[in-house]
Amino acid sequence: MKVLVPIKRVVDANVKIRVKADKTGVELANVKMAMNPFDEIAVEEAIRLFEAKVATEIVAVSMGGQACQETIRTALAMGADRGIHVKTDVELQPLAVAKLLKAIVAKENPQLVIMGKQAIDDDCNQTGQMLAGLLGWPQGTFASKLALAAGKITVTREIDGGLETVLLDLPAIVTTDLRLNQPRYASLPNIMKAKKKLIAETTPAELGVDPAPRLTTLKVEEPVKRKGGVKVKTVQELVDKLHNEAKVF
Amino acid sequence: MDLETRAHLKETVRRFVRERLVPLERKVEEDDAVPAEVRAELKRLGLFGLTIPAEYGGLGVDMATDVEIAFELGWTSPAFRSVMGTNIGIGSQGIVIDGTPEQKKKWLPKLASGEIVGSFALTEPDIGSDAASVKTRAVKRGDRYVVNGTKRFITNAPYANVFTLMARTDPSDPGAGGVSAFIVAADSKGIRLGKADAKMGQRGTKTCDVFFEDVEVPAENIIGGREGQGFKTAMKVLDRGRIHISGICVGTAERLIHESVGYAVNRKQFGKPIADFQLIQAMLADSRTEASAARALVLETAGRYDRGERTTMDAACCKYFASEMVGRVADRAVQIHGGAGYMAETAVEHFYRDVRLFRIYEGTSQIQQLVIAREMRRAFEG
Ligand SMILES: Cc1cc2nc3c(=O)[nH]c(=O)nc-3n(C[C@H](O)[C@H](O)[C@H](O)COP(=O)(O)OP(=O)(O)OC[C@H]3O[C@@H](n4cnc5c(N)ncnc54)[C@H](O)[C@@H]3O)c2cc1C
Ligand SMILES: Cc1cc2nc3c(=O)[nH]c(=O)nc-3n(C[C@H](O)[C@H](O)[C@H](O)COP(=O)(O)OP(=O)(O)OC[C@H]3O[C@@H](n4cnc5c(N)ncnc54)[C@H](O)[C@@H]3O)c2cc1C
Repeated sequence: MKVLVPIKRVVDANVKIRVKADKTGVELANVKMAMNPFDEIAVEEAIRLFEAKVATEIVAVSMGGQACQETIRTALAMGADRGIHVKTDVELQPLAVAKLLKAIVAKENPQLVIMGKQAIDDDCNQTGQMLAGLLGWPQGTFASKLALAAGKITVTREIDGGLETVLLDLPAIVTTDLRLNQPRYASLPNIMKAKKKLIAETTPAELGVDPAPRLTTLKVEEPVKRKGGVKVKTVQELVDKLHNEAKVF
Repeated sequence: MDLETRAHLKETVRRFVRERLVPLERKVEEDDAVPAEVRAELKRLGLFGLTIPAEYGGLGVDMATDVEIAFELGWTSPAFRSVMGTNIGIGSQGIVIDGTPEQKKKWLPKLASGEIVGSFALTEPDIGSDAASVKTRAVKRGDRYVVNGTKRFITNAPYANVFTLMARTDPSDPGAGGVSAFIVAADSKGIRLGKADAKMGQRGTKTCDVFFEDVEVPAENIIGGREGQGFKTAMKVLDRGRIHISGICVGTAERLIHESVGYAVNRKQFGKPIADFQLIQAMLADSRTEASAARALVLETAGRYDRGERTTMDAACCKYFASEMVGRVADRAVQIHGGAGYMAETAVEHFYRDVRLFRIYEGTSQIQQLVIAREMRRAFEG
């Protein structure tokens, strides 16, 4: 069974994000980038399926500028077999990514697409769902556990207030939540070997997709700074402040 | 090595060190041991084979990559590096540099995977800096040597499966020419370990005496197959090792600086962060400048080593400067932390004790000075 894992290059989770002075976006110049953490979980899950002899091939796909190949290399070092880089300098929004992935799915015929539930940069949480819609495939989102058997996949989903378990026919789309697994560190020998693995390059034009954004970003702003706290003397004063000033209830 | 792969290796070690190892530092201090699962993870990560050639199952990184990784490993307690430190350095490099093809095939793959641990046994109770004078004797009897003597302060000896042992094969030559290097299996009959040394710092690392009593070693276990080459082998091993250790010193200095800046910015006295005081700023600036200078020296020397230049003097300069530098940086770090810096809750307290060793082992600072001056004269006098 072939597994496709889309991965996004995002600002490293440990970096303190700064908004550009002109408020058009966040500062990316000289900022450390890394694989979206949810996608790392997706890669890890695919590798575990491979180690369990359920998956036979893992293909990692990333889209964007040349530097995406570094992110693909990381997936290859973790254990993916080969990579596909969709080269473009256009800003990619979820619908464009879903369309591009649909075109790749048509070529690659994976039985399973495992992807992050969202990227930590724009927090859209849309691409997996859109791809499932475009392909007409079943989807198991926010997965915290997977089990494959007899052409079907059982997905345990983290939902408000508990867990929901769904059974999907393959092929299917799964999006990962934080607790699905703890991604491994690529071993140093595998990092060396990843250099020799293949990364195929393609473009939106070759895939027959117009990736132009449909949404316009009006402005990006820093969250309001947290104001200093106050000390209250009594519980009554606290309740009073919560009610009258913070308007919590 | 291509820059992308080097960066990828460095980044992976960096993440592992900071996410996985740094949170365990206190535990290592308290237990005086590295958790077993961390040993397994370090193996899985492939770090044991860092400097062993790829054809023998290692990574075979060049010196420039080696020091970049040392910068990252230096960020955390030295106990973690010590787990594979001897396999990366003194415990394998004798075989890597001067071993015969058969010796390499037999030992290096297992050293690279971490299946076995290698130690280096040169120092003796009466022989330290004057390493050419080793007294441990290896007497040839037929197709084997019989070894008698005591080795002291041997890092990782309690874990070792194999020793690179320096012993005198020619009693008529009391100097370097009479010394040979042997590969000795640690389970050989007649080897006994002393109890673990109680040390000032570097808790979690283990050293002890190793006693050799009529230990039989097959003659084919002389490194390189020839008698009298042992001291030369040891010096080549140390030449490379000194650059690596210097990289570790730089990494630890970076950590100490990181802790110092963080503390200085957050600690308030006289109504403001102590980082506002110029006397504190002077300490921070001195530490930063010296660490940067050491880093530059180490990178420059690593590059020259990779280009095949003779770097005996430069490696000694690195070891001398970097180890003394990190001592000063650690002292300032404790000072900036005030009373807290003397307390075991802060990381700087153990690093202050840990780094003291770097000025002593693999050649004391005085020995580095002697090497530097000797090489200067040699270059001048021709
Ligand atoms: C924690 C630890 C781990 C170690 N691990 C190993 C190991 O794995 N394998 C191994 O073989 N050894 C190991 N050693 C030994 C280490 O390499 C020696 O301690 C070191 O070489 C110094 O030798 P010494 O202790 O005998 O000191 P000495 O040689 O007795 O030196 C004492 C002092 O005299 C100075 N001195 C000596 N000669 C001169 C001179 N000609 N001119 C000026 N000053 C001089 C020295 O610089 C030093 O200040 C380890 C030591 C320690 C502490
Ligand atoms: C083992 C031990 C025993 C102790 N015993 C006692 C005791 O019995 N009784 C007691 O009362 N206290 C005791 N102390 C506390 C000790 O006196 C303080 O730790 C010391 O005065 C430093 O204060 P601090 O730790 O708060 O450091 P801080 O005052 O926070 O200083 C941190 C750093 O900032 C520097 N600094 C501060 N202000 C300035 C400035 N204006 N300009 C430049 N640099 C500045 C300091 O020199 C230091 O390098 C003890 C401490 C220890 C470690």
